[in-house]
Amino acid sequence: MSKKLISIAVVFSFIMVAAFAGFGQVAEADDHGSDVRVGIVLSTGGLGDLSFNDSAYRGLVRAEDELGIDFDYIEPADTAEDETALRRFAEMNYDLVIGVGFQMADSLEIVAADYPHIRFAHVDHFFEDILDNVVTLNFAEHEGSFLAGALAALVSETGTIGYVGGVDFALIHRFEGGYYQGAKYIDEDIEILRRYADDFGDPARGREIALGMADDGADVIYHAAGGTGTGVFEAAEEEEIYAIGVDANQNHVAPGRIIASMLKRVDNTVFDVVESVVDGTYEGGENLFYSLADDGVGITSLDELDVEETDAVDQGIITEEQLEMIREMKENITAPHTERIQEIEQMIIDGEIEVENWGETGRPE
Amino acid sequence: MQDKLKAIAVNLSISVFSIIIALIVGSLFILLTEASPIDAYAALYQGAFGNFRAILNTLWRSTPLILTGLAVAIPFKAGLFNIGAEGQLLMGGFTAAVIGFYFTGLPGFIHLPFAVLGGMLAGGIWGGIPGYMKAKLGVHEVIVTIMLNYIAISLTVNYGINYFRETGRQATPRIMETAALLRFNDMPDHPFWGRVPFIDIFAQPGIRLHINFLLAVVAAILCWYLLFKTTAGYEMRATGLNPDGAEYGGISISKGMVLAMFISGALAGLAGVGEALGTHLSFMAGMDAGHGFTGIAVALIGQTHPIGVILGGLLFGSLAQGGLEMQFAGVPSEIVMIIQALVIFFVASLQIFKKYMVKRKAKEEAE
Repeated sequence: MSKKLISIAVVFSFIMVAAFAGFGQVAEADDHGSDVRVGIVLSTGGLGDLSFNDSAYRGLVRAEDELGIDFDYIEPADTAEDETALRRFAEMNYDLVIGVGFQMADSLEIVAADYPHIRFAHVDHFFEDILDNVVTLNFAEHEGSFLAGALAALVSETGTIGYVGGVDFALIHRFEGGYYQGAKYIDEDIEILRRYADDFGDPARGREIALGMADDGADVIYHAAGGTGTGVFEAAEEEEIYAIGVDANQNHVAPGRIIASMLKRVDNTVFDVVESVVDGTYEGGENLFYSLADDGVGITSLDELDVEETDAVDQGIITEEQLEMIREMKENITAPHTERIQEIEQMIIDGEIEVENWGETGRPE
Repeated sequence: MQDKLKAIAVNLSISVFSIIIALIVGSLFILLTEASPIDAYAALYQGAFGNFRAILNTLWRSTPLILTGLAVAIPFKAGLFNIGAEGQLLMGGFTAAVIGFYFTGLPGFIHLPFAVLGGMLAGGIWGGIPGYMKAKLGVHEVIVTIMLNYIAISLTVNYGINYFRETGRQATPRIMETAALLRFNDMPDHPFWGRVPFIDIFAQPGIRLHINFLLAVVAAILCWYLLFKTTAGYEMRATGLNPDGAEYGGISISKGMVLAMFISGALAGLAGVGEALGTHLSFMAGMDAGHGFTGIAVALIGQTHPIGVILGGLLFGSLAQGGLEMQFAGVPSEIVMIIQALVIFFVASLQIFKKYMVKRKAKEEAE
């Protein structure tokens, strides 16, 4: 009896599957102007990281809307898949293949060498000997962090501010250096507490470090520590001090306590490189650096709400009240410094302030 | 003998049956994403077995899983639960990579074995510590292995990489050519293997299999021999089945525990060695990819038998390799993970169902 039942169930589910399978095959209408196809391999962490991957994805969505390209993305389950995924895109003759994150650099180099006729772009790694069919997109994080440091020094009342880094190495030293120089530019005597968490994904550690800094009198803390930074925000809420976000607009994560976020505009740069492929102006063999001057880095608006913040309400991530908290904070805390920060930004763009890149020069002891 | 073959056939057909059920259930999830299950499964098959390169890459993906599966299975036979394969893998991979780039100018026939054995020894020590603590001090091996996992991560990924790092990548410098495990891809140009007829079939780009797969298979066979054909193996199994009885029978339990855990650590270490010297050519943050934990599932699906572990490893490897291709067919990575989990779930749970059937049959016969 039960055997019969099982076999009926199995057959039935087969029929269901076969019947529904047809629905899946509805081809998407292709009303796009351009027939450029872009393939992107995201770094592990994938979409929803509120940072790099999401930002790159946003850039491609914009390119899809404005330039009419098509794109496909892959979220590798682990680093061993990077090379295979990049290679599959190249084999299928995508017009542009993008790799995200410095861990993928070796894989991209291997694949790009095998497919010289395919164009590649890599986000966040600098190749010494770059191949002719690769461009890299790098960011002057030290310039953006300079603004964050200046803002922190302007907002701080105690004269002590903090910095929490993810892992102690060259790329992250750029953030530290910019922040340090920015704060010192405003106030020569300011005390800057600096600690590394040795981990990009340990919020508990981030919280402990930030609480310790708050104990030592810090009232603004900047982080360049990925997921560890969430702990810094928690500590800021507990201790009622301020924090500064990084990479993407994180202001809504702790509404009212994050005075600004240093932005790496991966979306803009990805869009630009796609546009260059559509226009036919793509030129390989270049390490591109995006700075304040070309909107590659920057900080979130100090005196009005940003689109990401209002979007967060629409998506139900924060409530109207929390948005109001952000607005109030901006009005009371950061808006008075808007002009000063803009002035500094202009000076950096004009070259009047030269921000040292600690990623290249090393940390002065 | 005939009974044995029959039992194996029943086991295999149950596994195949459960995979089919898992795929049917999985198709409901695929339908949710408005992709076609038929296309998705065709992609899964294509990605894992569709052509010569896909098959070889499936073997490549299976390699670390077979080894960590063995690393869990061997102590399991001796009554120990090794959750530390992850840490042992990290220690092995890190040590091999450091030997691989630090020593320059060594000839390949010294450098490669040095790096491989060094990595296995490091993993073996990392596994031997909990074995020793269990045997001499009675500390539970689960606690010790978990703690050693954390220590291994801090020691290698956090401290170790930072100490040796040269570029922005979170990785140790690239290893010397003399320490690299031979890739099948490179065989056609190899002075020895290049002369073998038809070796050119390995020349196409994108084949990532390296000889660690062969080492994994040899390791599985050696494990089988050790467990079922030697005195030490007999003693281990006896300890696992009934420690008090074994001790009463004159078997040194503590010796067996330390030995089982040391071998287990060396096997997990070899998994890390293969990833470092064969796949990534450096020790890289994230390269462990949870293989040590997946190894637990591999071992259990393989019923902690070395040959079963090979099959379990191949199953997980093909799901990983084919899963990537499913993403190219438009299935989101989350659904790919759900389908992989469903296959594991059904394979594991139907084995329990089979045990229940066997029991009922025995009961009926008794009546």
